[in-house]
Amino acid sequence: MSEYPGELKYAESHEWARVEDDGTVTVGISDHAQDSLGDVVYVELPEIGTDVSAKGEAGVVESVKAASDVYAPISGKIISVNETLEDAPETVNDSPYKQGWFFRLQPTDLTELESMLDANAYQALCDSEEH
Amino acid sequence: MLIYEISSEGRSATAQYEACELENSELPTAQLRVSPIGLPAVSELQVVRHYTGLSKKNFSIDGEFYPLGSCTMKYNPRGALAGAHMPGFLARHPLAPENVSQGYLSCLYDLQEYLKDVTGMRAVSLTPMAGAQGEFAGVAMIRAYHDKAGDSERTEILIPNAAHGTNPATAVMCGYTVREVPVTKEGDVDVDALKAAVGPQTAGLMMTNPSTCGVFERKIQEIAEIVHDAGGLLYYDGANLNAILGKVKPGDMGFDVMHMNLHKTFATPHGGGGPGAGPVGVGKRLEPFVPTPIVGKRSTNGEDEYYWMSDKDIPDTIGNLSAFMGNAGILLRAFAYARLLGNQGMHRVGEYATLNANYMATKMAAAGFKLAYPNRRATHEFVVSMSQEAKELNVNAMDFAKRLLDYGYHAPTTYFPLLVPEALLIEPTETESKEELDGFIEAMTQILQEAKETPELVRSAPITTPVKRLDDVKAARELNLAWKAAD
Repeated sequence: MSEYPGELKYAESHEWARVEDDGTVTVGISDHAQDSLGDVVYVELPEIGTDVSAKGEAGVVESVKAASDVYAPISGKIISVNETLEDAPETVNDSPYKQGWFFRLQPTDLTELESMLDANAYQALCDSEEH
Repeated sequence: MLIYEISSEGRSATAQYEACELENSELPTAQLRVSPIGLPAVSELQVVRHYTGLSKKNFSIDGEFYPLGSCTMKYNPRGALAGAHMPGFLARHPLAPENVSQGYLSCLYDLQEYLKDVTGMRAVSLTPMAGAQGEFAGVAMIRAYHDKAGDSERTEILIPNAAHGTNPATAVMCGYTVREVPVTKEGDVDVDALKAAVGPQTAGLMMTNPSTCGVFERKIQEIAEIVHDAGGLLYYDGANLNAILGKVKPGDMGFDVMHMNLHKTFATPHGGGGPGAGPVGVGKRLEPFVPTPIVGKRSTNGEDEYYWMSDKDIPDTIGNLSAFMGNAGILLRAFAYARLLGNQGMHRVGEYATLNANYMATKMAAAGFKLAYPNRRATHEFVVSMSQEAKELNVNAMDFAKRLLDYGYHAPTTYFPLLVPEALLIEPTETESKEELDGFIEAMTQILQEAKETPELVRSAPITTPVKRLDDVKAARELNLAWKAAD
């Protein structure tokens, strides 16, 4: 069974977002997403300093089954990326919510998070997709 | 085993080596090779055995049923090849003048006419050398059309999320941004979402119909109206043309431009990377932009004369896409194939392809497999979801696919379309017999039984093939294709 931590916000396109103490936002892909993709073999991260817009492309995750775009759940500027994924993309499978994060951004408007799904709503979406 | 590994110094095979005196006097000394080229040193018999051995390890349409969904791995009659191999075609120089090429040109002209007729398009250009180049030509024409109208604000191409990955790649290559349009649970384009997505920024919509979900888009006329009303054009991806060949014309559905994969629908064995042929057809709006050359016909002194039409005849053309006439040999095969089929035969392609797919879908559903779109009639292919087997038995779509190899069947397409979890996309084509289809269904049924009783067997398949289960994760993460001799 996939995990859906309650403290995170989720996008319909299967990214999660977490607000850090300093007001920045960390983004990754959900446990359900990594499980559906299967073994991740390649991750393309955005460049630090780029501006991303909500639902805009911010990276690529590729598994043996498929290549998918990763979208920024909210608008902002990329301030750091998880470079370990470049050499060890399997980290996304092993630890989607912790070591497997993709990037961190300085949000333009934190209230954009409010339009994202909470854990329960996101889990319901994932369950419905399986049928 | 690589041929280099059986190499033995000093061995050679010269029986078929054409003796000739090489005059290298014009080449600068500094450019002449001094070290050996490093070719394998083997006898002729070793070469024959080596490559015949490799070919026997291969799955191919000549040996096995090959239901690789969306690839249309049909049997291509040898007669089409024989026609294209006539000495007059083989020996013709690509720069030979028109007056000694009338036979060749007439074949291409007639092929253009057949393709126009079967697709409902106004003009066809045969030059694109593959499906991807055909797509590029099509979207480049859409761009040329808007540019000519001074309509430079159109920056977006709409693409349903069931599309082949080549569609967004093509749109980006032509300088457009891609906007995805969702597909409903029944496999149709979400018309409300489409209405919300179109606007003055819409350059066009790229669609495959029937879609990769193996169903026909029921609201295609409404979709065409929505896109046209917004000022956009409709692109038809011919990947699944086999399903409707001779039955429905993309031109009648409202499409402005399309490509045809002749290597799929019109008689070329494929799957090894080519050569392909991706002619484009255009409707009225895009006719002025069609890529050159195309073959024209005029009457001179009461006799038909065929000639190359260039940018002199089609001033707004997007230009040439290849040095000569595309992949001429493939075009000739397609011509021969069309002649072999005839008008009636062409109609039966779509009929039998659809009949075979629906027969299989119905029987597989009865055998306990879950169809992804059970309420829809399948087209030439259908999607089975193995998500239940994956969840309950821990045997997934890939395991079934691998086990099929042990039963002597090429696997269907796996994990595509992406919309369906644990997807198997199965396309039998029109050229398979009922016995072959029954054999495949029987094999799937047996594998399902194995998955319940001895799941480990299915998970470790294939066990009878020369190469066992590949570690595709390792292959992707540590790609290494270079062979290096041991020192």
